[in-house]
This record gives sequence, C-alpha cells and structure tokens, in this order.
Amino acid sequence: MRIKSALAAAAILTLAAACGGGDGGGGGSSSSGSDEPVKINFLSLAWQKESVAANRQLVDEWNKANPKIQVTYVQGSWDNVNDQLVTQFAGGTAPDVIHNDSPALSGFASDGYLLDLSDKLPAELKSDIPQAAWDTVTFDGGKGQQGVYGVPFLQESQVIIANKKLLDAAKVRVPTPEEPWTWDEFSEAAKKMTKDGTYGVAWALKSPVNKTLNLALNFGGTFFQTADGKTTVKVGPEEREVLQRIHDQLHKDKSADPGALGLGAADPLSTFYEGKFAMLPAGVYLRQQVVEQAPDGFEWVTLPGPKGTTAEQGAVSQTLSIAQDSKHPDESMKFISFFLNGANQAKLAKGDWLLPTSQTAAADPAMTTKENGWDVATASAKNLVVAPFLKVNGFDEWKSKVATPVLQEYFGNKITIDEAAAKLVEDGNKVLERYQR
Amino acid sequence: MKRGSQYVALVAYVVFLAFPLVWLLSTALKTPQEMALADPTWIPREPTLANFSAAFGEQDLVGAALRSLVVALFSSVITVLISLPASYAMARYRSLLNRIAIGWVLVSQVFPFILIIIPLFLILRDLELVNTLPGLVIVHVTFTLPFALWMLQGYVRAVPHELEEAAAVDGATRLRSIASVVAPLLAPGVVATLLFAFISSWNEFMFALVMLQNPDVMTLPLTLVRFTGPEGVVRLGPLAAASLMATIPSLIFFAIIQRRLKSGLMAGAVKG
Repeated sequence: MRIKSALAAAAILTLAAACGGGDGGGGGSSSSGSDEPVKINFLSLAWQKESVAANRQLVDEWNKANPKIQVTYVQGSWDNVNDQLVTQFAGGTAPDVIHNDSPALSGFASDGYLLDLSDKLPAELKSDIPQAAWDTVTFDGGKGQQGVYGVPFLQESQVIIANKKLLDAAKVRVPTPEEPWTWDEFSEAAKKMTKDGTYGVAWALKSPVNKTLNLALNFGGTFFQTADGKTTVKVGPEEREVLQRIHDQLHKDKSADPGALGLGAADPLSTFYEGKFAMLPAGVYLRQQVVEQAPDGFEWVTLPGPKGTTAEQGAVSQTLSIAQDSKHPDESMKFISFFLNGANQAKLAKGDWLLPTSQTAAADPAMTTKENGWDVATASAKNLVVAPFLKVNGFDEWKSKVATPVLQEYFGNKITIDEAAAKLVEDGNKVLERYQR
Repeated sequence: MKRGSQYVALVAYVVFLAFPLVWLLSTALKTPQEMALADPTWIPREPTLANFSAAFGEQDLVGAALRSLVVALFSSVITVLISLPASYAMARYRSLLNRIAIGWVLVSQVFPFILIIIPLFLILRDLELVNTLPGLVIVHVTFTLPFALWMLQGYVRAVPHELEEAAAVDGATRLRSIASVVAPLLAPGVVATLLFAFISSWNEFMFALVMLQNPDVMTLPLTLVRFTGPEGVVRLGPLAAASLMATIPSLIFFAIIQRRLKSGLMAGAVKG
C-alpha cells in the first residue's frame, strides 16, 4: 500500500516537474522570434559565498538593464567543468559564455570549440587589461593562427601569510611590496623564527609543481625551452635555485615544518593558528580561509613573496570565453564587457579573494585597503607574467606523471637535486615528444 | 561468551558504518573556527545551525532534492518493471539467444563510461531529451538495467523449479504460477534491486552534469558540488549540512521498504 502511495506521489511530482522545468531542447541559447529576448547561458564556476553573490548580483543587474538580452546564470564546478564541456562542445550544446582557467583554453581553442575574440573585444576592455594577462589567453587556434580565446579577469599570486606575533618577536625587517625580502632574507627570517618547537615556515607541497614553477621565475627559471619548434624540459641553475632553497629550509636549516610537506594548500592552517610555524607561503585566496577560521585574537599579516634576481611570478588567469557554436556571440561579448568592467571586476575579485586583471579594478579602494592584506596582494599583481608552462603541449602529463612524483621525492630528501633534474628532463622529454609528433 | 563477542563485533560494525554519518553531523554543527582546530572534536563546543541556513539559503536544495527523488523513483521502478520479466526469461529459458543475452549484459559492464557518454549525449540531443528529467530517467534506467538483470536473475534461479511444476500439476498456467508462486518469493530480490536502482540514480552525478544545463532541472548531486572549489578546497560546513540532508531521503526510502528485504522465505519449500 505504501509503495502504491509512493508511486502515485512520484507521478504527481513528475507532472509538476515536467511542467515546471527544462527547455526541452539542447543548448538553451536560441530565441524563436524577433520580439523574443535573446537568451544566453552563462556557466560560472564561482563557489565562494561572496563570489556567487557578486556573480548573481551582476547578472541580475544586466538582465534588468537589458530586457532584450537575458542571461541565465548556471553554476558549475571546477572539478568537473572540463568533462562537462568536452561533452557539451561535441554535442553543440555548450553554454554561450564559459568561465574557466587559461590552461584549459588551449586544448579547446585548438579543437575549434572556442570563438576567437580578437576582433570582438571592445577597445576599453582591451586597454584596461595589461598585455601580460592577455598573453595567458592567446593560443594557436588549431589552424596555425594565434587568437584570443578568452577575457582574463582573475589571477593568483603567491604571498606569505605570517603570524604577526611570531614575526614581531623575531625582530626581522618586515618586507613591503616596494622592498620585499630577498630569498636570502626570507631564509634568515625563517631561521630566526625557528625556536622552541616552532618552525619558521611551512611548505604545503602536496601538489608541488605549479607553485614551484611559478616561483622559479624569481631566478629566471622557466623549465621549458623551445628551439626549432620543439619544446624540451630544461633544469639548469636558474630552475634549480628555488627548488634548492626550499629543500635547504626543510633539510639543512630545518626551519621548515616537515609535517606540512605532504599537505594541501589549506591543510596546515589549523597548526598555523596554534603557532606551530610562523609563515605560510600560499596563494592570495587563502586569506579568505584565515579570515573565516582564525580564532579570536589571532593576528596575522600578508607579506609579499620573496624576490630573487627578479620578483616575477608565473600566473594563469580565470577567464570568460564564448563557445564557437554560440548563436549569439555579439550579445555574449556585450555581456562579458559589462561583467568584466573595472567596477565589476573589483567586486568579483573581492568575492574570490583573487587579483583583478583590470587596472581600473586594481585601483578600487576595496583592492588597496590594508584590511586583510589587500594592499600587499594587489601590489603583487604587477609581478605576474604568463606562466612558461601554460603553452606547453603535454604539460599536464609531465606534471602528473613526472614532475609531481620527482619533486615530492626531492623535497622528501629521497633523491638529490641532480637526480631530480635528470629525471625531470629525461622522463619529461619522453612525454613531451609524444605531443610534438 | 560466543554471543558476547558477536555483540562486540556487531557494535564495532555499526560504529564503522555510522562513523561517516556522525562525522558529517558533527561537522555540520561546527563553526568554521572549530572545524579548523588541529585536534578535532566529536561534539561541537558551540553548536550552530549557521551551516544549514547557509546551505539552504544559498542553494535550492529542496527543489533539487525533489527532482532527484522523482528521477530516482521513476528510474528504480522502471528498472524493476523491465528487469523482472527479462531476468525470469534469462533464468528459466536455456537457449543460444539466452546465453548471448547474458554475455551481452556482462560485456556492457566493461565499456568505460567516458567511451559512451558523448554518443549517448548526441542521441539524447537529437531526441530533444537533453535538459529534461525524463531524459535523465532513461539514462539512469539504461545504466542500472544490466546489473539489475544480473541481480534479479540470481534470485529467480534460487526459486526452485519444482514449485512451478507443483503449481502446474494443480492446474495453474505458467502466467498464473509466475504471478502466484514465483513473484511473492522474489519480493526480497525485487526490493534489493529497487534499492540498488534508487541509490544509483539518487547519487548519479556525471550524466546529470552533462545533460542538465538549466538550473531549474538540476538534481541534488549537481547542487552539492557547488560548495566545492578548485583543487579539493571546499566550504566544509555548508557542504556537510547539505550532504547530511541529502542522505535523509535514501534512509527514509530504505526504512519504508526494508521490511520486505527478508531472506529464508524458501527454506524447506522443496523436500529432499
């Protein structure tokens, strides 16, 4: 009897759902008549509470101001977006406007799934974003031509989140964006802070590749070189420098917490609050978790990342792209121009605790306030350059199959720097070669 | 002594099974500060419902759960309706076609998911079933059916053939003997299959992710994933609260039908 009742209820619910949901079709981006508003699907990967709220608010603003171009906000997930897009691109039902990150655009662009925006970008938007950011979205479109396959809008730099009490007690010079620590000063400061069971620093290197490769640019380390159209791995003195210095902190100076080595980026925070270590090199977004989780009375500061021969760091971007199959590319571009104007980028960057690419947004008071280290974080954006690995075919495989295990072994002190370098180059080139046949 | 150790083993097993659920409940009731403690606690020091209000305030969890329920109920019922007669035929009729069918069911399980998702998506698109719940039901039934068939076939085989022969001797037609003798004995198998199909559909994520674009038709797994960020970073509190709520319909469904999940109905049915 209960099962019968459940079935009856399900039938009623289905009718209700069938009446209320779905457009019955594929992409949902077409409009049937000239008086019908154009409908655009916008796949957003925002996930932080403030960021989702900012995204929704901007979409609502747009929809109110543009009754003829209505945007549907669709929330996706970083973990699965590329699987989702592969299928939807193949089926011609991908969203019109797609939020992603620049490493993912390369493959989709060369497969012809993304629209080249070169001729569609409004001058104001183009000039507001520096060329270094545009470089992160400029790829080969699959037919030998270079194209712009997205609008870069959020970037991440590496900073140092520090326990203020321990920093003050060490009586070291406090670095500023104008005068950051050199790596030598950073190492000395970490040594000074290492005492009474407290470590100076914690390197959370469960996924060591992107972080170390981005920081390697401090000494001009690029890890890849291209000659005669062929890309190979290179681990010379420039590339070894940052690797060696982190290794020294762990095993020579013993100023880095060995317990943090295998942890993910946010995992050491619980022991950070307890004062087990003084400094945590991390992406700027991690400040959000510190603000949310830190116990009452815990004082922390954001310090700029150390510099080597230069303060440059590699970066990728979060992007908005337009699907090649979109029926409304011009309207989609108009929406993107609105969504990523200076004022709006500031809102989005604040919501995600990342750095805006827009120079107008970077000057917004919300981005330059001292509160929660925004001034230091925003100032670090000037050091960002396109990550050298971004345009290397086969990088993902090199990263997962070669570089990650090799760097983990090296930082775990199981192999020497020479052995690590040899493996990165020899095994790495075998991987890259397959992508260049 | 023997009984005592059995109870200890039982309690250990229950604790093992309950651990994730209890941890989920504990996490859902904690503040972000307490979640970040290096020494985690079982009982929240300052219990809060803020994670629940955040989860329900930010996402349409109730609507998504309702849609998931509809899809799971229809998928499971249709799966059983199709697999019941088919499994009977597979278990009782021995022929080349039967062996081929069983072989095909097994082979269909070895195809990697990623191999079929794009062709399947294209077919559904042409049928205008993308972005609809009936389309998702069809996909879930398609993917649950092989294992359900295999599962039910085992139950049918366990029903002694002699019972049907006895019914035939008493004048029952084959249909009558199936309806009056075999079907009641298959109830535990049907319930187990129903549960399997329901839970498979309720939890299914990838097809729903690819098929459903319209926020108004999205199911619960697609809504839960919105609390996760890149590289495994999650909003643990709201995610725990939402996940806890997501387990409740499955528990209720199980509670309703678990009484029919009995074994030993056929003990002593056939003498000798």
